[in-house]
Amino acid sequence: MPLKLEAKNLNFFYGSEQVLFDNNLPVEEKKITAVIGPSGCGKSTFLRVCNRIFELYRNQRAEGELLLDGVNVLLPEVDILELRRNVGMIFQKPTPFPMSVFDNVAYPLKLHFKLSRREMFDRVEQALRGASLWDEVKDKLKTSGLELSGGQQQRLCIARAIASEPEVLLMDEPTSALDPLATGKIEELMVELKKRFTIMVVTHNMQQAARISDATAFFFKGVIIEHGATNQIFTNPKNRKTEEYITGRFG
Amino acid sequence: MQKKKLFWRKLANHIFRFFSLLAVLLAATAMLVIVSHVIRTGSKSLSLGFFLNPSKPYGMPDSGIANALLGSIMITLGAALLATPPAVCAGIYLAEFRDRPKITAALRFSANVMMGMPSVLVGLFVYTLVVVPSGHFSGLAGSVALAIIMFPVVMRTTEDMLGMVPYALREASLAIGMTRTRTTLRIVCRSARKGLITGILLALARVSGETAPLLFTALFADAWPKHYFSGPTPNMPVLITEYSTNSPFEAMHQAGWGAALVITVLVLALNIGTRILFREKRHAS
Repeated sequence: MPLKLEAKNLNFFYGSEQVLFDNNLPVEEKKITAVIGPSGCGKSTFLRVCNRIFELYRNQRAEGELLLDGVNVLLPEVDILELRRNVGMIFQKPTPFPMSVFDNVAYPLKLHFKLSRREMFDRVEQALRGASLWDEVKDKLKTSGLELSGGQQQRLCIARAIASEPEVLLMDEPTSALDPLATGKIEELMVELKKRFTIMVVTHNMQQAARISDATAFFFKGVIIEHGATNQIFTNPKNRKTEEYITGRFG
Repeated sequence: MQKKKLFWRKLANHIFRFFSLLAVLLAATAMLVIVSHVIRTGSKSLSLGFFLNPSKPYGMPDSGIANALLGSIMITLGAALLATPPAVCAGIYLAEFRDRPKITAALRFSANVMMGMPSVLVGLFVYTLVVVPSGHFSGLAGSVALAIIMFPVVMRTTEDMLGMVPYALREASLAIGMTRTRTTLRIVCRSARKGLITGILLALARVSGETAPLLFTALFADAWPKHYFSGPTPNMPVLITEYSTNSPFEAMHQAGWGAALVITVLVLALNIGTRILFREKRHAS
């Protein structure tokens, strides 16, 4: 399988404090890669480098290489808007925009493509279907996205993220604010989505990582201690720290 | 021993609660007394003619407050037009662009100073800056004075309201490839729009009763406000001041009470209406 993303000697700083240390991580195409580790280990930070969302904040900077299809996206000449069209992100808490369900999904399309009304409607429907939300919202496309349930809001955000046909989806603890039923739906959806997208998911839920991911990377204090096939990490970890973490002895 | 200690703590608790309640009642009573007195005294002058006729010098029949009411509306709306766009932009700058913390802190501090400035000073300031050079009082000068008072209030509420929008929403809109500007205008301001409008309307309600700044700027005239840009413009606060303090005639005092009632009701209506209309709906999340 070809690599979609690859971190090479990636370092990250909050001001003078270094939080990621020489991260090297290959991410395979159309697979789910789980990023696990105790709180504050840098796993969310790693994700936030991939679409350069960290640039919103002062004093945060990344060094090293992050290759997307072989191109280092950290270079200043990379078009950040195009990068973000290509690399979608889902957050811990659902973040629907204060507008209708339809407009939520149509927004990225309006931003990146010139579409006729017909095409626009088709693409929105397609994205909502892709996020397994269409059947639940097809009769209320004009209601506010804020009026959906938490799980529906999260799937709306997934629909919004996949509407512009990105190649990579970054998910930062996408189910931690949801109940088990909604979590189950999102997990099923993720397995479905990996047919079309490369997915990186940060999770605190070991069962979730074991259930849905193909590869796993274990972060500890900003260092990638171990990465490899999920099967191997969970059944036969090479590092003692990894074993202690996944068996719940710390973290 | 234990029990005794508990007794004193409970007693202290009750005493404190009693005084807190007393303080609240005191504040509420003061408001009720003022409002009820204004209503009782002012309602005697209310008649259709009072609302439809312009004010006239003492002794002339069919005097009213229509010109002052209209003038006040013009001056206040003018102030809103002058103050709101820059104040909202400044609030956006404070809330969204935090790259220069020193500039932001200085701006915020000066806004706080401006909010504490006596409004009579603002009136004098505009008097020397607008009225003297132009050679005449004008409604516009009144608007400028009120705008200066509104500006820091609107700026700070804008900042506060935008600050309440979760950061995740900004990140989410940047993450789909929006620019900072678009994120700010289309997503952040849109999320906070109710709060923004509320802040502007409450600031309007606050300045619509300001008197001192208008004494030096808009002044007053017993005529329709035809000279907003070039001459003294009648308005409610100055009418009330003139009628109640500078006139020896009982009829004028009575009309002053009537005008006070009208402006009280208007300001209260604006205040309460805004709060009801734009009350934030809570969404289950």
